Amino acid sequence: MTALDVSDLRYSYGPKRALDGVSFALRPGFTALLGPNGAGKSTLFALLTRLFVTREGHITVAGHDMAREPRAALSKIGVVFQQPTLDLDMSVMRNMRYFAALHGISGRESGNRAEAALAQLGMAERAGEKARSLNGGHRRRMEIARALIHRPEVLLLDEPTVGLDFESRQAIVAHVHGLAAAGLTVLWATHLVDEIAEGDDVVVLHRGRVLAHAPAAELRGDRPLAEVFIEMTGQTRMAGEGQG
Amino acid sequence: MNAWLVAMLAIVRREAARFVHQRSRFLAALVRPLVWLVVFAAGFRAALGMSIIPPYETYITYEVYIIPGLCGMIQLFNGMQSSLSLVYDQEMGSMRLLLTSPLPRWWLLLSKLLAGVAVSVLQVYVFLAVAAGFGIVLPGWGYVLVLPALLLSGLMLGALGLLISSTIRQLENFAGVMNFVIFPMFFLSTALYPLWKMAESSTLLRDICAANPFTHAVELIRFALYQRLNGWALLWVALAFAVFFGLALLGYDPAHGMSRRRKGG
Repeated sequence: MTALDVSDLRYSYGPKRALDGVSFALRPGFTALLGPNGAGKSTLFALLTRLFVTREGHITVAGHDMAREPRAALSKIGVVFQQPTLDLDMSVMRNMRYFAALHGISGRESGNRAEAALAQLGMAERAGEKARSLNGGHRRRMEIARALIHRPEVLLLDEPTVGLDFESRQAIVAHVHGLAAAGLTVLWATHLVDEIAEGDDVVVLHRGRVLAHAPAAELRGDRPLAEVFIEMTGQTRMAGEGQG
Repeated sequence: MNAWLVAMLAIVRREAARFVHQRSRFLAALVRPLVWLVVFAAGFRAALGMSIIPPYETYITYEVYIIPGLCGMIQLFNGMQSSLSLVYDQEMGSMRLLLTSPLPRWWLLLSKLLAGVAVSVLQVYVFLAVAAGFGIVLPGWGYVLVLPALLLSGLMLGALGLLISSTIRQLENFAGVMNFVIFPMFFLSTALYPLWKMAESSTLLRDICAANPFTHAVELIRFALYQRLNGWALLWVALAFAVFFGLALLGYDPAHGMSRRRKGG
């Protein structure tokens, strides 16, 4: 059974089609959802987290259909949105435990899980700090740790490195690859090819359609991935650049 | 502990912590009705004659009359303030965090509502204590019996705020809420003048006041403060709560709500 299965998903904003028959099934490990801005990545994420719903197509998370068993499906998903969603006036630990409580986890269990999740992201010693005092990279790492607290099977990240400096980006990319290597199913939306490792799977999304779904090495052949991506999507801008 | 309760407590606690951090908000919430009580009521005492109307059994001063209305005002502002913070939450994304919880959405939103109500009830009690310091002391049991009334009126006004937050997408639009919701609701109610006084100037005005749910929230509080139950007001407030909350849930439902109109990337 695949942890995340999407079939024939469609969604429109009025007359504008944002997703047009998107299908893919993810195996455990790191999958990059690669697409230029406006490809439909954020819409797809809103559907995967049930912020939007659609009647066209199906989403199955760890065997739970999002339309029929939304709560079971949501409990198997961890999500990091593009926009930060921290309470800056609370400590890192309090932020973590608030989120744990939203998933019904309390008491010692919540503390233990929060500590374990922070340790996974190398953030254990920052538990007592106010979120406001963290730099951008550490805030993001805290959000990733938070998304793991209820032990999801699927981790969704929507352009999590936007606005971060090179070093922070690399650290986060490495951390999440580590999580994927440990067996988590990761879907990482990005438009930056340099965040994709050789062994990753890549789903190329463009104008609401999946253009390709293959391991990165296979997709690029003997050319740089950026070149292949630009060719596929007709993007003239250098895809390896860090702009948003 | 039950998962539902865990989440509700966390949401209430978070709201309370936020409130403690914003002392200026607490002060503003307190100063507003006190200004009305001290300045406005003193000026109007001379202009307005009060006759004996239920639940009062003797002649009362104007200050005594407007106390329940000012309690309602605190809750009205608080409801709108929560709504403002919800719009802010939506812009900042923490609402998304809340809504991706596997618990049912109505429960999460009800928790949010209760958190706001807890804060508003606290504000009302502090206001009543300060008013007592000014010599406006109410019947002893009234202070206890008003609690359920405040809970219900707080829920109703909070649900209205929730409904507004589900239709407003940007903070800038919030000034409109002040003009088109708070002011009419407050002035076209029995908070400042009794219904018969309104009827003297216009029966249409009186009818509008009589239909205004805020009027009934104020009357529910007024009667409870004097250890009496106003059944009609109770019914009206409960009904208004059900309608506002129902519509707000519809607004936050991903299948129906405003999320459809939102543009994603």
